[in-house]
This record gives sequence, structure tokens and C-alpha cells, in this order.
Amino acid sequence: MDGTLALDLGWGTILAIKTLIVLAAIPAGAFILGYVFLLKMMSHMQSRLGPMDPGGFHGWFQLVGDGIKFLQKEDIMPAQADRRVFAIAPAIVVISTFLVFLVIPTGPDLIVKDLEVGVFYALAVSSLSVIGVLMAGWASANKFALLGALRAAAQLIAYELPLLLAVVGVVVQAQTMSLQGIVGAQQNGAIFGWDAIGNPFILTQFVGFALFLVAAQAELTQTPFDMPVAESELVSGYMVEYTGFRFLFFFIGEFGTAFAFSALAATLFLGGWAIPGVDDTGLANVLGPLVLFTKLMFVAFLMFWVRFTYPRLREDQLQAVAWKYLIPIGLANILVTGALKVAL
Amino acid sequence: MSDERASEAERSRASTAERAAAAGVSPAAVSEAMGEVDPSIYRHLADAQMNVELDTGDMILNLGPQHPATHGTLRLVVRLDGERVIAADPVIGYMHRGYEKLTEVRSYPQITTLINRIDWLSSFANEVPFIHGAELLMGIEAPPRAQYIRTILTELSRIATFLLFLGEMGLQVGALTPAFYGFRDREHVLNLIEAATGGRFHPNFNRIGGTKDDLPWGWVAETRNTMKVVLDACTDFDNLVAGNEIFEARTKGIGIIPGDVGAGYGVSGSNLRASGVDWDLRRDGKPYLVYPELDFKVWTHPDGDSFARYWVRLQETREAARMVIQMLDQLPAGPVMAKVPRIIKVPVGEVWVETENPLGQMGYYVISKGAIGPFRVKIRSASFSNVSILPWLLRGVYVPDVITILASLYFILGDIDR
Amino acid sequence: MAKPKLPGLIGGLGITFKTMLKGAVTVQYPHEREDPAPRARGVIALKEENCTVCMLCARECPDWCIYIEGHKEKRPPRREGGRERTVSILDRFDIDYALCMYCGICVEVCPFDALFWSPEYEYSEPDIAELLHDKDKLGEWMETVPEPEPLEAGAESKK
Repeated sequence: MDGTLALDLGWGTILAIKTLIVLAAIPAGAFILGYVFLLKMMSHMQSRLGPMDPGGFHGWFQLVGDGIKFLQKEDIMPAQADRRVFAIAPAIVVISTFLVFLVIPTGPDLIVKDLEVGVFYALAVSSLSVIGVLMAGWASANKFALLGALRAAAQLIAYELPLLLAVVGVVVQAQTMSLQGIVGAQQNGAIFGWDAIGNPFILTQFVGFALFLVAAQAELTQTPFDMPVAESELVSGYMVEYTGFRFLFFFIGEFGTAFAFSALAATLFLGGWAIPGVDDTGLANVLGPLVLFTKLMFVAFLMFWVRFTYPRLREDQLQAVAWKYLIPIGLANILVTGALKVAL
Repeated sequence: MSDERASEAERSRASTAERAAAAGVSPAAVSEAMGEVDPSIYRHLADAQMNVELDTGDMILNLGPQHPATHGTLRLVVRLDGERVIAADPVIGYMHRGYEKLTEVRSYPQITTLINRIDWLSSFANEVPFIHGAELLMGIEAPPRAQYIRTILTELSRIATFLLFLGEMGLQVGALTPAFYGFRDREHVLNLIEAATGGRFHPNFNRIGGTKDDLPWGWVAETRNTMKVVLDACTDFDNLVAGNEIFEARTKGIGIIPGDVGAGYGVSGSNLRASGVDWDLRRDGKPYLVYPELDFKVWTHPDGDSFARYWVRLQETREAARMVIQMLDQLPAGPVMAKVPRIIKVPVGEVWVETENPLGQMGYYVISKGAIGPFRVKIRSASFSNVSILPWLLRGVYVPDVITILASLYFILGDIDR
Repeated sequence: MAKPKLPGLIGGLGITFKTMLKGAVTVQYPHEREDPAPRARGVIALKEENCTVCMLCARECPDWCIYIEGHKEKRPPRREGGRERTVSILDRFDIDYALCMYCGICVEVCPFDALFWSPEYEYSEPDIAELLHDKDKLGEWMETVPEPEPLEAGAESKK
């Protein structure tokens, strides 16, 4: 932001502006994903239309109206709930999403903070939400919520590993953990000498991409890994006692995290904000966010497509998939990537 | 805690042994008969190290009566050890409407209207055994065209309810989309039933002596088209749900009912056929409607698990569509009502009629004392017996499997509680 | 166990994708209407001139939701020197649609063809007392009663 605008603002003001933009981006991103995929794409896959009336044009106002509705609801807490823990749990989930957004680059200069260990940091803070889930389930004083929270904890921790292993391949290939560096490596790389579209890592790391998508699906507790929120059994699992704006927090947290993971996947595997053929920083700063948005919508489309098609796996089958299949595949991927990196 | 449980187990075993000795049978038989859970399985069930060390004890979970998994107001009290079920107890009666008492004060046409609502998803099939019983008592037979129309409508209700089942079993297992496909394709069948009878869900079309009306113009052609749509929908379900590996992993090997145990509990219909028992009242029972003249296959499956029950119903939907096309080709011309007096008084007598309803075997025992209404009607509904196997079936399964098993048995609460 | 073989899982994805492109089957109700079949049991219409207050419909109704009141009046004889005729005049004929089961027994049982089915279904009211349709309202429904439709080939024609 500094070079483009040529304004002499102090670092504090710039930080404040960036934080506000990210804070606005989280619910906006959650609403966009929720509307396009949850309301419209799911409906069309089920031969129906979804909301059409709110807002006039294909019901775009539906989620905004839902948000307003949640805000004005009565704040109910179960009598035996642990009040403070109950109140803080949704905040933790949203905070972990917020922290992931801080390192995602949307343009050559448009990043809140380009950490040297960006990837490591992003994956680390995204696992904070497990604590929030456990807190929510325990503090609800409800057997169903407790069952959901315990399932969630086991699942989320189990699928952290495949997520990480999928990304290690990318890091090995890009030779840096900083997300801007990874985008740069894809933009400036070449596929066997042909550098017209750079070198998006999906071509060489297709195994990693698939692994990342599956693990992200599980991290977001989406079908086929939505045992914690099994709607036909536990009716929302750990979120069952949450109403009103607390539920809104969980909703924004869930879809905001989906937004963040899609953005991460787009950055790591599809090239992020890089547009083949555009080298001018100024133009890239303007077009970058749009390009990243398009790529992340594509990744999100894949994730939600799988979500609406498959039934859910049982808890033990879920764990078996993670420990017996995904982790060995991830390790093999790293091995092959490393070997090829040294050889070629 | 574990000492207490061990001593309680000892005491329970001792008392069972005493009772067994007094009756002269083995203790295991007494336990089975009393519905007791063998306490020695506690140790087997608590197989996770964490459970034994943390001594989580038994948690009693109430599934229902308001719950998305039970199709209506069924309450299932399960005792859990971690995620495994130790004992399950269905509590029914939340939807009891007193059908057998209602029939005592109404006439035959009025009762026909009411019994539509016992199994409301395949409502035409509920009327058939009752009207057939009344006709047997009166000694009249409906004309062939009426019999064909009745059979076609019965098979259409079978298709309607099975399409819903194919969709919502996917829903219970977690897939959101098949449920909508089930409802969407069912609309075509319901439109057909509405065009013929006037009501989508509650046709109220049978009368003693035949059917109320004849079919409207163009119905046969419309039905042929709809059967093609139904067969396409079945292919879709085959690919989307039955062929899905995740669905197979969730349903194969879950809730196995051995054929003899199922027959012993009174399980009937597709549930029994999925356990390998080749029994279909349309072919093996007393002949009714036009089934003796039709050429159809009875589908069975050797495993008795939830996947088998899904598969059998999928094949039966296809078979029903083929039967309807067969019947449309063979539809005879003629009247739809036999000669019956204006005020129908069924002569004195008793009759038992049972038919192969979509949910299983449904029967009516009608006692008539010569009035315009029956003296007493006893309704044997299929789901009541199907649900009776739950305490036996749900021992030792995981909580998600409970949902799968409930979905695969396919009971309707109106049928259980009447 | 849960090792994905390509065909089944991919086939499922294909079906949902195809359905997404095929378009929705929704009929957006207040803006578009679907017309039910002519035989659909929407509402019961009364043709008052045919009714002779025989009370058969009120008696046969399983829910006892038809309320009929009538009185007898004398009419002059048809021929000179004949007996005076008595006719029944219908005072009140109400059908309570809050109770009605839409079974059709009343329509079927009426010996004088005074009741007809109509596929009209848009008469819901915010006040439940408004669901008691009186004689005049039932007469208005007669306009929506469709013509008796032709029957399928092979049917015996109705007498």
C-alpha cells in the first residue's frame, strides 16, 4: 500500500487500515461464499432455485437479512452452561480465521504482513479453532453438544497432519515459506522452459492439491467429514445450544475459514494473485484481488461440490482415512518432490 | 465403580440362574426372554482403553421424540458407553390416534377415508386389504377393470413411497441431494394419482364392489411417460447413492438381521427379503387383486444389512414400474363397479386379509355383525413388528449406525402407532 | 473400507453437476401457478336448486362438518284438484373447511347432484372462523367447477 498511494501515513495508521479491511473482508467473504455456494449452487444441484425474493434479484439479500435477524435475537444461555466459556468459544473460532487472513497476499504490495514463515504461521493459527469447538461443546451442558465436540476435536487434530504434509511439497518446490515468495516462485517459474503462464504448482503438486482439498474439507467439518455437525443425528453438534449472534459468529467463522482455506489453496497451488503476462506492479495491485477471488471461488466450488454430493463417513472410518491413507500419501509426495527437486 | 458393576453382574447372573433352574431352561434363554442385557458384555463393549481408565459409565441418550432421524415421533432411549450402544428401547405411542376405536362407530366408506392415513406415504395400499375383506364377506367380486385400476394404483403408491425412501436414506447417511431428487421424482407419480383419484396423498378411491371412478382421458399415456421418468430416477439413485463408496462403507455390514431372527420378530416386506427370505405375499399369500396374472420377479439379497435393504427397495421400485407398464398393456375394458345395493350392509362374519404393502405385511381382521359399519377391525401394521426388532438389533452398534439402521428399516410412525 | 475407487465417487459428482446445469423444477408460487388436475379435490361447491334437504351428506360426513337447516313449505298443487305439494327449503348449508377431510363422501352420496368438486385451492384465511363457508359462498364456487372430463378408452360411459 505504501508505494502505490504515495501518502505519508504512519505505520500505525496503515496497520489500522489493513486490519479494518481484513475485518470487513471476513463477513463479506463468508456471505459471498454462503450465498453463491450454500444457497444458490446447492439449490441448483438439488433442482430447486434457492432464495429468489429477498432483495429482488435472485435473493442476494437473504444472508444479510439472516445476519440482521440473528443480531436481534434474544441471548439465551442454557441454565447449567458455563457462562464465560460459552461466551468466548465463538470468538476464538473467528479470531483464528482472522489471524489466517493476515498473511494471505492479494497483490504484490497488498498483504497485511508478509511473514518469512507465512505458511507455517497460517496452518498453526488455523488449528486454534479446535479449542473453540471443544469449549463450545463442553460449556453447552448438553450431551449432544458434548458428543459433537469430542468428535470434532478428534477429527480436526487428525486432519492437521495431511494438511501440513500437502503443503510441505509446495514449500520444497518454492524453496521458501513466505506466501509472497511462493506466489513469486509460481509467477517467475517455468514449465520445462516454457514460461508463458509461469509455473502454477498444481501441475507438479497435483497430489498435494488433492490432499490439501480433502484435509481442508475435514478441517471445515464439511461432508463427507461432518460427523461433528451431523445434521440428522446431532442437529448441529457442538453448536446446538448457540442462538442469535453467537450462532452468527460460528457461521461467519465456518464460512470465513472456508474462504481463508480456499484463498490459501489458490495461493499455494494456483498462483495466487499472479496473472500470466502482467508484470507491472501497479496493474497487478489492482487486478490481483480480483484474480485471487476468481481462483479461490474455483477451489471453493470444488469443495462445496463434494460437500453436496457425498454422504458422511463414520468417525472411525474418518480417522482410518486420515491415518492409514492420507498421511502415507502425503509422506510419499514429499519424498518424490524432494527427490525430483534435487535431481532436476 | 467397576467393583460395584462386577458385584451387580454377579448378583444378576445368580438371580437369572435361579429363575432358569426353577423353569428348567438354560440361563441364556431366560435372559433373552426377559430382554435383559448380559452384564458380562459390559467389559467387551468398553474396549477403548480410555473408557475403562476414565470409567465413563453409562450415558442415557434420548433420541426423540423430536429428532430428524426418526421418521416422526419415535422415542429411542439408548444407553451408551462412549459411542457404543449397550441397550436400546423404543418408546412408541406418541402418535396413537385410536384407529381401531374410530372404526367401531363409522360406516365402511367413512372408514376407507380414515385408513388412508395410517401409512400416509403409500396411502392407496392401506385401503386395499380392508375393502377386499369387506368384499369377501359380502361374496361379491369387483369387475376386472376395477381390479386392474386398484393394482396399478397400489403399485404407483409403492413407487411413490420407495422413491422417498431412496432419497431420504441418503439424507440420513449425510448426503443432502438425493432427498431432493426423491421428492422431485415423486411429484410425477403424485400428479398421476391426483389426476385419477382427486387427491395426491389420500386417494380414498376404493369402494366395496370396485373403484369410485374410471380413469380420465390420457391417463394411460401419461403413466407410461412417468414410468420412464421413474426408471431414469432409479438409475440416478443407483449411481449417486448405491454406487457411492462412502455410502457402501456406511451401510454394508451394519444392522444385519439373520433371516430366521427377522421372521421370528415378525419383520416383513423388503426388510425380510433383504435377509434372504424369499417371501412375498403378492405371490405366496392368498391371491388378491390381479397379481396372479402378472409376471414379476421377487428380489432378495443374501446379506441382511442396511445396504441390502436399500438395494432390494431400489430393485422393487424398478419392478413396480415394469409391472405398471405390463398392467397398462393388459388393461381390460368394462365397468368399474359391481352391482351393490344402495345401502351396504355387510353380512355377519369374520375375515382376515393380509397384503404386501410397501412397508411390509399389512392385515385387517374385520368382524361384522350385519350393520352398516364393522363391529371391530383389528389392524396389523407392518412397521409395528419391524420396529420390535430394534432392541435386539441395536446392541453393540455405534451411534451413527443407529441412524443408518433406523433409516434402512423404513417405518412410518402412523403405521406403528395407528 | 473407505479407499475411494474412482468410478462410484466420480459418477455421483457427475450427476449433481448435470442436475445443476439442467435447471430447477421450482414453480415460484405467488408469481406462477400450477394448475391441478380437473379432478383434484380443492373445494366443494353447492348447486342450491338441486338440494332437497335430504341430509344424506351431513349424515355421511366422517367429520360431521356439514351443518344443514331447512324447513318445509306448502306449494300449490300441479294440477287442478290435486294435493298440495310440500317442498323443502334450504335455510342454512354450511361446510366447515377447518374440519373437512376432503374425502368426497358427501359429493358421492348426494342423490340429486347438488354438490360438486372444484380444483380451486386458494381460499386460505387468517381467521379460522372464516373457513366456515355458507350457502352463498358455496354457490360461488360453482363457477370454478370444471366440465366432466372424458374418460379413458375402455371405460363404460356413465349413465
